Amino acid sequence: MNAPRHSALVRVTHWLTFISFLALLVSGLEIVVSHPRFYWGETGNVNMHPLFAIPIPASRNLVPTGYGYVWPDGNGWSRYLHFESAWVLVLAGLVYGVAGLLNGRFRRDLIPRPGQRTLAAHWRRMRQYLRRERADEDEALSYNVLQRTAYSTVVFVLFPLMIWTGLALSPSFDAAFPLTVNLLGGRQSARTLHFLITWALVIFFFLHVTMVAMSGFRDRMRAMITGRRAAKKSAEAVEEHV
Amino acid sequence: MKPISRRKLLTAGFTAAAAAGVVAADRLALRHGLIPPDCQGWSGPGETLTYATQRLLTRHAMAREFSRSSISKSPLMNEVVPALGEPFKKLQAAGFRDWRVTVDGMVAHPMTLSIADLRMMPMRNQITEIACEEGWSYIAEWIGTPLSGVLREAGVSPRARYVVYFTPQAEWWESIDMADAYHPQTLLTLAMNDGDLPVGFGGPLRLRLPRQLGYKSLKYITRITLTDSMKHFGMGLGSVSPETGYAWFAGI
Repeated sequence: MNAPRHSALVRVTHWLTFISFLALLVSGLEIVVSHPRFYWGETGNVNMHPLFAIPIPASRNLVPTGYGYVWPDGNGWSRYLHFESAWVLVLAGLVYGVAGLLNGRFRRDLIPRPGQRTLAAHWRRMRQYLRRERADEDEALSYNVLQRTAYSTVVFVLFPLMIWTGLALSPSFDAAFPLTVNLLGGRQSARTLHFLITWALVIFFFLHVTMVAMSGFRDRMRAMITGRRAAKKSAEAVEEHV
Repeated sequence: MKPISRRKLLTAGFTAAAAAGVVAADRLALRHGLIPPDCQGWSGPGETLTYATQRLLTRHAMAREFSRSSISKSPLMNEVVPALGEPFKKLQAAGFRDWRVTVDGMVAHPMTLSIADLRMMPMRNQITEIACEEGWSYIAEWIGTPLSGVLREAGVSPRARYVVYFTPQAEWWESIDMADAYHPQTLLTLAMNDGDLPVGFGGPLRLRLPRQLGYKSLKYITRITLTDSMKHFGMGLGSVSPETGYAWFAGI
């Protein structure tokens, strides 16, 4: 049997998500620079106390940052890039999500297995990582419990929350679906959450890349780009296993 | 002859369906006005998807209105009153008695209205939030006359597709589609929070669109023109904003 490690659909949507995530991150941070203050509730502006402020100069002279320096305005290209990549991300996510539901991949490969939904199971796998023990053979075929929990959190919690809080910043969308913003406690709360969840995704991104690097960067990259299985040894093991 | 594999057949079928879908979507979009003027360039696909989706989902939706108690104690005028020049100062000194707004283009009865004329028209007040693309916002009560009433009086041609509005500042002009032009919350605003509209907030006349970001709510309106195409206005992108990356449709 020679099934790919990752299906073409997973590989394509993975890299589209990666590219759009980077574009959204860069453009999003650039937009933040025009008003690096965050509020809670419905309204917020420089006449009001922020929940917190990022200690950087702003790209608008209206914002009192105390630096006496104003960045050049980059919101133009940032906004175009932000919304363009948001569409790429949402459409790739839709394809990935619908396919994952229909072909049973979410149940089979992404949600932690019934017997493993315990802290102990997570800790056991974590210990394997920390002691640098070899991975179980079935990991050449599917994800381990830590990967499942991490990927499930990103796919089912963090990205949906990002899209929700992003939509809540659209005054027109809120007009049609006011609960989008009201459930979050108001426009400024939505903006603050949008910003904070970004950092949860950035943390995941660095953990993800670190884990990939630790378990063999080239093999894992090849698996996600060409779909072919990684190391020879585990491939043989899989042949036997299957 | 090699038999065609199921996979190839599916792929070919999917590609053909997608191509047919794109052609059909393009025709439908053109007919129902789902293509924004700034649909060109690398950012065009995103802008078009946003505008088309918004028009299909939110065309008639009403912006959230708030209670009197949520009016911001410290609204933000955003900028120091810009250099509007001597003519503006003179008009201001005379209490804007001689401020005029012309309504022209594809209308049966071109008009020139004073602030007093506008005050005679049906008034509407709404407590809505104005949100800047930078991220900040405030809530205020806005009082004025709906743009739709002025358009009805002018007798808009059924061929008109956009309302273009101008200010004394050459670089500040904008346009909206007819859905926004006739929307009941699109207000030619004359007063704010139970007082006159301060110059810093756009007095004597500001076009408020609570369903779009602040940069569409232009201050100091002097002219309203109806047209069926944005081609001959500026670079043809619908306003100056898209030239620097700010979407023409700011309901985003």
